[in-house]
Amino acid sequence: MNDLVLIRKNLFRRKLRAVLMMVSILIAFAIFAVLASFERAFNAGQDRATPDRLVVLNKINFTQPLPISYYNRVAAIDGVAQITHFSWFGGYYQEPRNFIAAFAVDPENWMKLRDSDFVFPPEVRAAFIRERTGVLVGARMMEKWGWKIGDHIPISSSIWSQKNGSHAWDFIIVGSFTARIPQADTNVMLMGYDYFNETRSFGKDLINWLALRTTSVAANERVTDAIDGMFANSPYETTTDSEKAFNKAFAAQLGNVALIVELVVGAAFVTILMIVGNTMVMTVRERTREIGVLKTLGFPGGRILRLVLGESILLALLGGLPGLCVALLLITRVRDSLMSFVPTLSLYPDIAAAAVGLMVVFGIITGLVPALNAMRLNIVTALGRS
Amino acid sequence: MLSPTDPMIDIVDLCKRFTKGKETITIFDGLNLAIPRGDFVAVMGPSGSGKTTLLNLLGGIDRSDTGGIEVAGERLDRLSESELSRWRASHIGFIFQFYNLMPMLTAAQNVELPLLLTRLGRKERRERVETALGVVGLADRVKHYPKEMSGGQQQRVAIARAIVSDPALLLCDEPTGDLDRTTADEVLSILQVLNRDLGKTIVMVTHDPAAAQYAKRSLHLDKGHFIEKELAA
Repeated sequence: MNDLVLIRKNLFRRKLRAVLMMVSILIAFAIFAVLASFERAFNAGQDRATPDRLVVLNKINFTQPLPISYYNRVAAIDGVAQITHFSWFGGYYQEPRNFIAAFAVDPENWMKLRDSDFVFPPEVRAAFIRERTGVLVGARMMEKWGWKIGDHIPISSSIWSQKNGSHAWDFIIVGSFTARIPQADTNVMLMGYDYFNETRSFGKDLINWLALRTTSVAANERVTDAIDGMFANSPYETTTDSEKAFNKAFAAQLGNVALIVELVVGAAFVTILMIVGNTMVMTVRERTREIGVLKTLGFPGGRILRLVLGESILLALLGGLPGLCVALLLITRVRDSLMSFVPTLSLYPDIAAAAVGLMVVFGIITGLVPALNAMRLNIVTALGRS
Repeated sequence: MLSPTDPMIDIVDLCKRFTKGKETITIFDGLNLAIPRGDFVAVMGPSGSGKTTLLNLLGGIDRSDTGGIEVAGERLDRLSESELSRWRASHIGFIFQFYNLMPMLTAAQNVELPLLLTRLGRKERRERVETALGVVGLADRVKHYPKEMSGGQQQRVAIARAIVSDPALLLCDEPTGDLDRTTADEVLSILQVLNRDLGKTIVMVTHDPAAAQYAKRSLHLDKGHFIEKELAA
């Protein structure tokens, strides 16, 4: 026998109570891990944003267009190193529920700008620039739909129509790309703007936003002022912001996820903390006489403290670790169906590690008061208590 | 270090008072007592005479107000709480009226508890546990839980737990108070063997004159003072 056996035996002397407490903790940590993973996935865009990248939007909001002519005018501003433009296609594959994140871009400059995020093989780069009807599809999207290079795929738009009235475009997959960094989302499709612009029935020569890289972070403010100043009092006024702020604003369309996570997890934790803490106090109080006996046998106060704290930490781990497994199962099950909305959804190792750390803290908090009470317990009083 | 001629217990001018509300109750006021090594003393007296308090003071789980208590060569009034814990673990074996076994541990695990405070390895601990349970005649009950044993068997496990670390002094608080006569006699016989054959010094608090007959001598506590009676041969 050792202290761990003693801790385990104490914890499970009332099995039903121990199991119920573990289930409570399991639920709390499953909620934590799932919501933290969603929060991470929603904010993945902010994580991958680099400080020298800016986004130029219509001042009204990002759904309002900008003229394509802005592209060359912004590119000519001193301090702009690279630039590309984006147009939201609003695509789906076969059925409207099969959402496809697709953008019309300037192929060459888009690849240059995103070189730090994605890996573009030379032949893919060349094919995407060359083929007007070609699309570039990220690795996760290829995998999701079982596509391969050379496939002809009909992609419909819920926004745009062709001049012949059709909402579907027939594209050829000319290449695929993979992520260079974990946060980069490859569940995405890119098409050439020229082909899209020529074939659509309305919105000609308009784009949704510009993305650019400045020559240095120090130039950001000057470039921002130059762009917004250039288009002030025009029919299409602009607002220029960092890519991180843009991604954050985009994520905010889905609600303040971080706040929801904090409130839900916080409420669950405080509730379960009180329940488990109160139960631990009662559990130790029931054992007052036994603790008195242990002290009589020569167990010092510090060791009694460690035994009680060990019990609460073991309880937290036995409840929390299965909670992480439940969270992993849940995330794995829903990941495919939510790939279009939260493509980087995953239970990241650092979230799991934070959860384990939180379990230990949780165990210490719930066990500290009863452990201190046990440590300070007067033997004569304890033995006199029935 | 204790020499063979030194008393196991030497109490000099001991004072102990309790405060209950506004009232101060004096338990001992200038108590003196010397118990030699290898003695078996029964402490008797009416309720509230301070028998259990004396046992607590001898075991270092309660402190005197003034006066000196020397047990097994150590002045208890000069030890800190942590020093007292270490001292208790190596010098004292306690036996309680209601056994005070851990219900979730087997007999062997209960007996092993004091050995968790030593540096002994698992194998040596197991051997000592088996020996202690053998001494009290429970070698076949190693894996039984307290609820699976009779009161007498539980008290014998408690005795095994008290002797497993080979302490010099056994302090017994009404060890047969919860047992029938036959079982009580079995338990007292074990204590007698421990005293006679293994040389353990035993101080036993009891209300039972029949139990006191097993001791070498009996001390009667009355109003904080002892009246001594010689007993067994």
